[in-house]
Amino acid sequence: MTKKTDCVAMLLAGGQGSRLGVLTKNVAKPAIPFGGKYRIIDFPLSNCVNSGIDTVGVLTQYQPLVLNDYIGSGQPWDLDRMNGGVHILPPYQQIKGTDWYKGTANAIYQNISFIERYNPEYVLILSGDHIYKMDYAEMIEYHANHNADCTIAVLEVPFEEAPRFGIMNTNDDNSVYEFEEKPPHPKSNKASMGIYVFNWLQLKKYLIEDEQNPESDNDFGKNIIPAMLKDQKRLFAYPFEGYWKDVGTIDSLWDANMDILNPKIPLELDDPTWKIYARTQAYPPHFVTRDATVQNSLISEGCFVAGKLLDAVLFSGATVEKGAVVRDSVIMPGAKIEAGAVVQYAIVAENAIVKKNAVIGGRPEESEDLESWGIVTIGPDYIVGEGEIVPPKAMLGNG
Amino acid sequence: MQSRNILGLIFCNSGDEMLPELTSVRAIGSVPFGCRYRLVDFSLSSMVNAGISKVGLITKRNYQSLADHVGNGRPWDLARKNGGLSILSPYVFGGTGLYTGRIDALSGCMQYLEKSREEYVVLTNANIIANVDFDAMIDQHLALNADVTIAYKKGLQGSKYLKMDGDKILEIASKEEAGTDNCYIDLFLIRRELLISMIKEAAVHNYTNLTEDVLKRQVKSYNYYGFGIDGYVRIIDGMQSYFDGNMDLLHKSVRDQLFKMDAPIYTKLRDDMPSRYGFDSGVADSVIADGCVIEGEVHNSIIFRGVTVEKGAKLENCIIMQSGVIHANAQLSYVVADKNVSIKEGRTLMGCKTFPMVIGKGLTV
Repeated sequence: MTKKTDCVAMLLAGGQGSRLGVLTKNVAKPAIPFGGKYRIIDFPLSNCVNSGIDTVGVLTQYQPLVLNDYIGSGQPWDLDRMNGGVHILPPYQQIKGTDWYKGTANAIYQNISFIERYNPEYVLILSGDHIYKMDYAEMIEYHANHNADCTIAVLEVPFEEAPRFGIMNTNDDNSVYEFEEKPPHPKSNKASMGIYVFNWLQLKKYLIEDEQNPESDNDFGKNIIPAMLKDQKRLFAYPFEGYWKDVGTIDSLWDANMDILNPKIPLELDDPTWKIYARTQAYPPHFVTRDATVQNSLISEGCFVAGKLLDAVLFSGATVEKGAVVRDSVIMPGAKIEAGAVVQYAIVAENAIVKKNAVIGGRPEESEDLESWGIVTIGPDYIVGEGEIVPPKAMLGNG
Repeated sequence: MQSRNILGLIFCNSGDEMLPELTSVRAIGSVPFGCRYRLVDFSLSSMVNAGISKVGLITKRNYQSLADHVGNGRPWDLARKNGGLSILSPYVFGGTGLYTGRIDALSGCMQYLEKSREEYVVLTNANIIANVDFDAMIDQHLALNADVTIAYKKGLQGSKYLKMDGDKILEIASKEEAGTDNCYIDLFLIRRELLISMIKEAAVHNYTNLTEDVLKRQVKSYNYYGFGIDGYVRIIDGMQSYFDGNMDLLHKSVRDQLFKMDAPIYTKLRDDMPSRYGFDSGVADSVIADGCVIEGEVHNSIIFRGVTVEKGAKLENCIIMQSGVIHANAQLSYVVADKNVSIKEGRTLMGCKTFPMVIGKGLTV
């Protein structure tokens, strides 16, 4: 047994992210590129390091290759440590047999022995599909100060959006008396962010009990939290203020990328005290030619820009040729927009090519039918032919 | 990529005196270049890309900045148990003071040279901007059974040229004497044992100049071959060549020759966010690194990481190093601003093409 660790973070990164369609065909959701040079998982990983948490288990299951490769030794996040560090935890064969992770709670249950190696006081449960900056150390301190068994981070959302979330109904002291999953008539607007701090010994007990219940979905929100509430355990809501976005859909992924361009939205990625780290390739600086016009856009290393950008996020190594127009769009690493093409309200995935004069997507204000309007998604490596027209909301991918 | 039986040595202070504007605070090897690099990155990366996994950086003075830049060598994959990166700090012999030339410098790291087990050594100067294909150079050296292989670049301006017969070097001489345009480059490959014996002998004779006193003298005694470097080469030997070398990056062909996907130039990471462009930005023909905020106009310029160009500011033919801030409505033309320079609102600074204005590190104008 190694030195006692205060807190082990367990990052749930096994979700398929099926609502992201072609984007998650070959990669797990946490490995999806975000914000010009990052991937989604960089946010929880960087938050861990910045919060002083240096032992992180990343639970993978769906399409883990890219994610495994990306995390590697954990060095870009300073998580290659003598004790602790980052560990990839896929399901593995045990004496009693092999199981895929059946639910979020089961995933942790299957890794009890990993957590025990560090003998932690607390376990922090994180999701690999949220964009936010948060000091987990403050949350753990809050948890300890409230002598809580479980603390759940909550964000106040507009009441009309509350039915989309798991809602915590709390007393005045922020103690939780009820948890409602997607309530049609919410009593509170405190939405669970899917971030939990547990006393490890308590959690372990509940995980073991939950596993013995064949009826259980083995899910934190559906099973563990209700079981603890039933036993009148001390559950507290930790109010979070700041930017937080679940990027589980094409629309929210696009929105979150556009949010970086909005100076009014407090997701400073350039805060020197809270850097977001990423594994990067050795790209040269980017080049902008005299033919280019660039307005309110983000450009990463290795890009070549000769066209017109307005409200665009260009990822590393992307190319926008002369005469091409990219507006309100997300162009992922290595993608190429050829001369004369027009890309609007779209996500163009890694290494996709939009050939000359193709027209991708359209503007909502020019759309006759807003119902059928939406963000276009061009999948990884997909080639949109010369002059091809791709209507709004389309999703194109290989295979 | 196979591992090579070759030791790399880079002289990181050779040429300091030719670029005093930027080397008063650092060794020439750590002079910033090309938006996100330091000069030494080019030699280091070329070596690593050829499978060289042990490199010594020979230093003389002001090398804190270099040491900080290279760290433990990880960005170049040189944080190794065996070999990896070493900074060979100056070794002062009793009473003689700091070394005067490259022979002294090599004598100073004789222990490192003797303890190394690599059969060959490649030596280069940090002020050479090129993505050298050391693989090809080594292959040629072995194929021709050469004792010494010296790099040259056709058509480059320099003080020494190689008179050759085929690949064989007959003489290292002035351009007139050599009668060719094969410009000598301070980059050569040699058997380690031979280098050690040449250095020891030169030291006995109190020679100081590696090229003049050793390489040139021995041309007749050993098998010397020339290796022509394909692609872009620029020697940084003064402010003009520094300025022009940076400006060369505005040409796609130069960028393509230096920055190859299969042989990248590595550098220390800064974990900046991508660069942000404002609504009123006007950028034309400029190379820009990550972490910048561009709200003004930038033409024909080289912008390093974390630079801010405020609204109404206008840059033409400028080099603005890391974390510089150009405040609103300032106008700069042919200016080289060292790291952390701040240009106050509305100031106008004009240099000219043949005499760029240099603003020292950390200054506020």
